[in-house]
Amino acid sequence: MSATALRPARAFDPVGWARANLFNAWWSSALTLVLIYAIVRALWGFIRWGFVHAVYSVPTGANGVPQTGVCQAAGVGACWAVIPEKIRFILFAFYPFDQQWRPALCCALFVALYAISANRFFWRRELALIWVGTLVVVGILMWGGVFGLPYVPQYKWGGLPLTLILATLGLAAAFPLAVLVALGRRAANLPAVRLLCVIYVEIIRGAPLIAWLFMATVMFPLFMPEGVDIDKILAAQVAIILFAAAYLAEVVRAGLQSLPRGQSEAADALGLGYWRKMRLIILPQALRLVIPPLVNTFIGFFKDTSLVLIVGIFDLLKAGTTAVADPPWQGQANEVYLFLAVIYFAFCFAMSKYSKGLEREFDRSRRH
Amino acid sequence: MSETALAERQAAHTIGEPIILLDKVNKWYGQMHVLRDVSLSIAERERVVVCGPSGSGKSTMIRCINRLEKHQGGRIVVDGTELTDDTRALDKIRSEVGMVFQSFNLFPHLTILQNCTLAPIWVRKMPKAEAEELAMSYLRRVKIPEQAHKYPGQLSGGQQQRVAIARALCMRPRIMLFDEPTSALDPEMIKEVLDTMIELAESGMTMVCVTHEMGFARQVADRVVFMDRGEIVESGPPHQLFEHPATDRLRLFLSQILRGH
Amino acid sequence: MRLSWTDPTLRNIVWQVLIIGAVAALVWYLVRNTERNLAARHIAGGWAFLWQPASIPIGEAPIAYIPSVSTYGRALLIGILNTLKVSVVGVVLATVLGTFVGIGRLSPNWLLARISAVYVEVVRDIPLLLQLFFWYGLLQAFPPPRQAFNPITGLFLSNRGIRFPALEWEPAHGFALAMFAVGLVVTWFWTRFADRRQQATGVRPPTWPVALAALVVLPVAVWAALGAPFHLDLPALRGFNFQGGLTVTPEYAALLIGLVVYTATYIAEIVRSGLLAVPHGQWEAGGALGLPRGVVLRRIVLPQSLRIIIPPMASQYLNLIKNSSLAVGIGYQDIVSIADTTLNQTGQAIEGVTIIMLVYLTFSITISVFMNWYNARIALKER
Repeated sequence: MSATALRPARAFDPVGWARANLFNAWWSSALTLVLIYAIVRALWGFIRWGFVHAVYSVPTGANGVPQTGVCQAAGVGACWAVIPEKIRFILFAFYPFDQQWRPALCCALFVALYAISANRFFWRRELALIWVGTLVVVGILMWGGVFGLPYVPQYKWGGLPLTLILATLGLAAAFPLAVLVALGRRAANLPAVRLLCVIYVEIIRGAPLIAWLFMATVMFPLFMPEGVDIDKILAAQVAIILFAAAYLAEVVRAGLQSLPRGQSEAADALGLGYWRKMRLIILPQALRLVIPPLVNTFIGFFKDTSLVLIVGIFDLLKAGTTAVADPPWQGQANEVYLFLAVIYFAFCFAMSKYSKGLEREFDRSRRH
Repeated sequence: MSETALAERQAAHTIGEPIILLDKVNKWYGQMHVLRDVSLSIAERERVVVCGPSGSGKSTMIRCINRLEKHQGGRIVVDGTELTDDTRALDKIRSEVGMVFQSFNLFPHLTILQNCTLAPIWVRKMPKAEAEELAMSYLRRVKIPEQAHKYPGQLSGGQQQRVAIARALCMRPRIMLFDEPTSALDPEMIKEVLDTMIELAESGMTMVCVTHEMGFARQVADRVVFMDRGEIVESGPPHQLFEHPATDRLRLFLSQILRGH
Repeated sequence: MRLSWTDPTLRNIVWQVLIIGAVAALVWYLVRNTERNLAARHIAGGWAFLWQPASIPIGEAPIAYIPSVSTYGRALLIGILNTLKVSVVGVVLATVLGTFVGIGRLSPNWLLARISAVYVEVVRDIPLLLQLFFWYGLLQAFPPPRQAFNPITGLFLSNRGIRFPALEWEPAHGFALAMFAVGLVVTWFWTRFADRRQQATGVRPPTWPVALAALVVLPVAVWAALGAPFHLDLPALRGFNFQGGLTVTPEYAALLIGLVVYTATYIAEIVRSGLLAVPHGQWEAGGALGLPRGVVLRRIVLPQSLRIIIPPMASQYLNLIKNSSLAVGIGYQDIVSIADTTLNQTGQAIEGVTIIMLVYLTFSITISVFMNWYNARIALKER
């Protein structure tokens, strides 16, 4: 009998599985051992730093300043005390302390908005209204001045709500612009418009976002007529919108291109006219197709909002780095970075899993 | 073809020694038992057609013969050499066994001629000019010599499959395996490929062919093997299997296949 | 063309005129405001500032630079060189790491595949800037030079950077290097000769002994014959810092590590999908013909894989170059950082921004042109 592979004995077979997946060749076995050793050492080191030798709270001195000397002692691991101490600042930056329920509520609204948009049930025209409505409510909550809410000017906004606003408003405003640019690029009968759209997309994509943020904060004030001042956050937001629109335009264009020509021809044959055809037949289908790459692009922009730190805007990342610049906490940068990383990862990973799930579903349904 | 002509032709065709031997071959995919105690002996110059419903294991069995799939139980002996994990022996066996795939599997970045000369140059160490002459002779045999310098993407499905047959023949194999060669073709192209295979059979090549084309089986096969659910159910000359099926399973299969014939 | 609204040609022209007109009007409006604002701040336009002395302190300069003596033009050139310095090395390292991780994800070893997948997913879900801060913090947590880590002789890790020994360049090294270059040419010619031999007779003379001799043995022999000089300039602690050897600043190292780790994840995905995209049937067909695995890989699978891998790879290289602009966040002076300082000092906002745009657009267009040429050359011919 020349048996080569193992005959499976029963369904759950850890030994057999290990032999097939971890030790199937000499180099594989060696690699498994090396990796297991490395993982165990790294994990153990992390557990010792982060949990066993960690300090969870520090006493507050007589003058109200936390005594962080215990964190600097030798052999001490992570000083998690920095998180509860600084969390309000990291999340909300300079927003007035007693009004911080407002940005917190905004964050919850954004999360609800993403959850609703992810649900297939809401994929219809009304979703646009939901987005606009949410942004209006967020604006009212953040600015105040009405309904008895005290007014809070923009320069005091910061932290997580600002990151969410930059990303969400950026996407919301960029999307219609992106659709127009994508349509313009495919307009065979309007060569000047097509050229304009190509120039726009290629120039924007040619330079990094930082360059555009610098340009916005430096040059937008120059663009304004006399006496009109432009707020830095607004300049950055406009730059993000224009930047996002260029990338989204390419995604939408890919969707338009992958739609079979027969759809457009059938619509033409029915005499629908250009805008009706786009609105009723082409765009609904094309946009559905590109939702996975759209979500991936949004993940990228969510991360890119952290760049506004460089032009001095207090997003989540800058709030975090400013928190550890505070003298008592200067050694605790890694703890705060870890905290920030977890927040970003939570958002991005959720979106990434969602988009992968969507892609798998689209592939499956397309193959039938 | 008339019964007498068929009988005459089969008398003229002498069958040699066993060249493929499957002895109680078993194979599992995970928990699924896809080949159950399959035993088959194929002689030189014999033409065998394997048929059966999908999932019967016929493709798996034929792919075990040139070890594209590994069997877990039993023995397979090809041209005197037993199939094991010995890669050098395996390469040698594979150069004697030609295979034609359902999805052609031509190399898209090479011309037709290069597709055919690649293996003779690298395995049989033939000089390029000699390999090209050999390839052109086979391309002429499958009747598409003029496409030699085109790329596979520029040919129709039927032409591509004929190139695939020529490519396999360029290694001058002793055995040719066909894994549903016409299943991916448009109906009007099936005939040209079947004609090529018939011509090949008439020239004395040992052939094992998995196919649904019963007309081809009737015309060319010395033996038809019917598989179902991983085992060989019936085996015998085509007219016996098709006219007098012995088992219900074969009767059911024939009624499904030959509906409308 | 009829002069009527129902004529499509007329409609198209009117639409284009309207749209272009609107855009042109907007641009004209913005330009007018800009001119007025610049005049109000007494900022002159023009490029004269490029030849004026710059008072920008520059920490890392590949070419000579003296603050308050060298010009702004020179400072900007240094910025471009710094960008290139980190981009070129970054591209090479990211490709190597990304290829390994991409192949690792397809490994039959379950641990390796899972670890690679986790690495790719985690790194891609955290902003690059945060990662750069982390690496920079790590590199700055090294002890001061007096207590620097010294894992092996000559290598010193301190918060002033990584210092390693430099080879003192002798003529013998130059000759050895020249011999290596000659060896490359010889190897190339030998490979062509081997091709011709194989076409003529079917037998392929082995390449590896010739390559080994030409690329390794001969240069080493030349170097040995000329006295085998091998003197290392070891860094030595003098006072508060090291002298001698080569330095990699913490800023450069942090930026390089961050960029490589981040970009490698995208390259890993590209390599993985390129390898998966070649249908398994190609491997089977090659195997069924009796071709050994090495030949199937080199002649059948890899040519098809590279077609799929190289275009997205090129745009990842462009992304790496653009992401290097995050240098300004950790104090590495690339072109964006220096141009920003320049425009803050001189007030010449438009010129500064234009320079930044031009530099990156040049990179972008160069890579685009190369990609288009490559795509046209290797496109698979179809009906």
